Amino acid sequence: MTLREHWLLPDGIEEVLPPQAAELEALRRRVLDLFRGWGYELVMPPFIEYLESLLTGMSHDLDLQTFKLIDQMTGRMMGVRADMTPQVARIEAHRLKRNAPTRLCYLGTVLHARAARLDGARCPLQVGAELYGHAGTESDVEVIRLMLETLKRSGIGPVYLDLGHMGIFRGLARLARLEESQEGALFALLQRKAVSELAAQLREWKVPARTAAMFGALPELEGELPALRAARKALRGAPAQVQRALDGMAAVGAALRREVPELRLHVDLAELRGYHYHTGIMFAAYQPGRGQALALGGRYDNLGRVFGRGRPATGFSADLRELLPAAAPARGRNARILAPANSDPRLRALVAKLRERGEIVVVALPGQTADAVEMDCARRVARIEGRWRVIRA
Amino acid sequence: MKDSSPNAEEHGGLTIALSKGRILQDALPLLARAGVRPMQDPSRSRKLVLTTNQPDLRLLVVRAQDVPTYVEYGAADIGIAGKDVMMEYRGDGLYEPLDLNIACCRLVVAGRPGTPLGSPRLRVATKYVHTTRRYFAAQGIQAEVIKLYGSMELAPLMGLADVIVDLVDTGNTLRANGLAALAHVADISSQLVVNKAAMKMKHARIKRLIAKLARAVRD
Repeated sequence: MTLREHWLLPDGIEEVLPPQAAELEALRRRVLDLFRGWGYELVMPPFIEYLESLLTGMSHDLDLQTFKLIDQMTGRMMGVRADMTPQVARIEAHRLKRNAPTRLCYLGTVLHARAARLDGARCPLQVGAELYGHAGTESDVEVIRLMLETLKRSGIGPVYLDLGHMGIFRGLARLARLEESQEGALFALLQRKAVSELAAQLREWKVPARTAAMFGALPELEGELPALRAARKALRGAPAQVQRALDGMAAVGAALRREVPELRLHVDLAELRGYHYHTGIMFAAYQPGRGQALALGGRYDNLGRVFGRGRPATGFSADLRELLPAAAPARGRNARILAPANSDPRLRALVAKLRERGEIVVVALPGQTADAVEMDCARRVARIEGRWRVIRA
Repeated sequence: MKDSSPNAEEHGGLTIALSKGRILQDALPLLARAGVRPMQDPSRSRKLVLTTNQPDLRLLVVRAQDVPTYVEYGAADIGIAGKDVMMEYRGDGLYEPLDLNIACCRLVVAGRPGTPLGSPRLRVATKYVHTTRRYFAAQGIQAEVIKLYGSMELAPLMGLADVIVDLVDTGNTLRANGLAALAHVADISSQLVVNKAAMKMKHARIKRLIAKLARAVRD
């Protein structure tokens, strides 16, 4: 790196400047206020932890996604969080240990070793809400509704909700008696809906034709809610776990139809994503013009087991920075007022009163030549007939 | 971008990205059977956005390696790309729902006849860097990969590499340069790739097109 480039930031690391920073902060407050109103309590997990607590029980994907460094005090390996959901699950299982349903929310920067987003950003501002202690449709629907409300409050127009279920893949994988590595390979093929490769792979592993046919049907089983009926038919011979998964999707779908009738629902039985910790229903919100989901989540029962206590859990998260472009701009910067450099106590009193009312007052410094317009102030304080008044700049 | 060419989303209809040359040539009959015909002759037109007989369906002519990028970013809803390109592409925001069985060829390891592949540090010249590394790793061979952009056949002749990994159709270019296929890496054909969000949001439309193309492939 030459001296001319010493200001360059690492790939995918961003800073936020005015006025976007103020808008992002306003959005952050709106979202956290919304969570508070729904009874979700804020937790602040640490930015960095020992690798064991961060990754125990987690998948290889999350491991690869985690930045690592050595703690100079202990010589142990530490990791910068790449996803806050497992941290919150640890806090719930190990620190809170409540028996009542627990609702937690969080917001913070996470760091990705490799960019997961199309624009290459590696430091999303993750915001999310998690509900522990209830296994059932009602908690999944509550979390989905909170996610939709979060998007709405962020100024995002109608979204498409995509529903999937981990139990379908898991149930079929068990039926086919796949090894872990085979399961991983199959998972990747399904994620791409690569139908012909999928069929070839299953033939190669000598998976019984009936089971292979059910796997092969998954990529086609998608569409609006009635697609679930076709799924029932195609997966008639599947184990009970798969039937229960279909029941679960139907129940969540029906509840959403009732409670959010305007929502556009899409079910997709081959949709598998995330860090492989999901165990049940999975959902994601999409918007036209955006290639990637705006917010996503799902059920991940018993993730806390490795920390002493497994409980049912469901939740969602989003990157606040991704929600920002749609958010209404913060109060215009030209709403600012410029006060002159003058130590008159009456001026000081007026400035204090204006600030108390929530106005933004910038006090000029002696000798400054920049005027109100240059200082982004649409108004200024001036002495008119011996009295300090706010006038247009 | 000009007013006449809004991006895929503003366009509202469907945008299909594909590359010139053999893929385009082989894809046009399939598209025609699915009811899609370009208004201009693509082999003669210099336009990169081609209108079709369906007013809300356009074709984009892009470089083969760029097809998955256009589709993943949503600049096109659908793409037609060779499996060689997809094996090399490292995104995961795409569906590959249909093998079109066109532009078929093979990806092979080639070199002077009799070149041993087990040498301790095999030097391989290719433009398919990731695929090559994966292939040799799976064979338990430590390979040093040299990225080249064209005229692969020169590399073993000039001693730049021991072998190459490249696409072979008839094998004429290999033979003309005294090389032979030494190992088979993968069968290549072109696939339909679809943007994940588009698949959900323009679901009915895209599914209909896939069904028509699937029928055209089968016949």
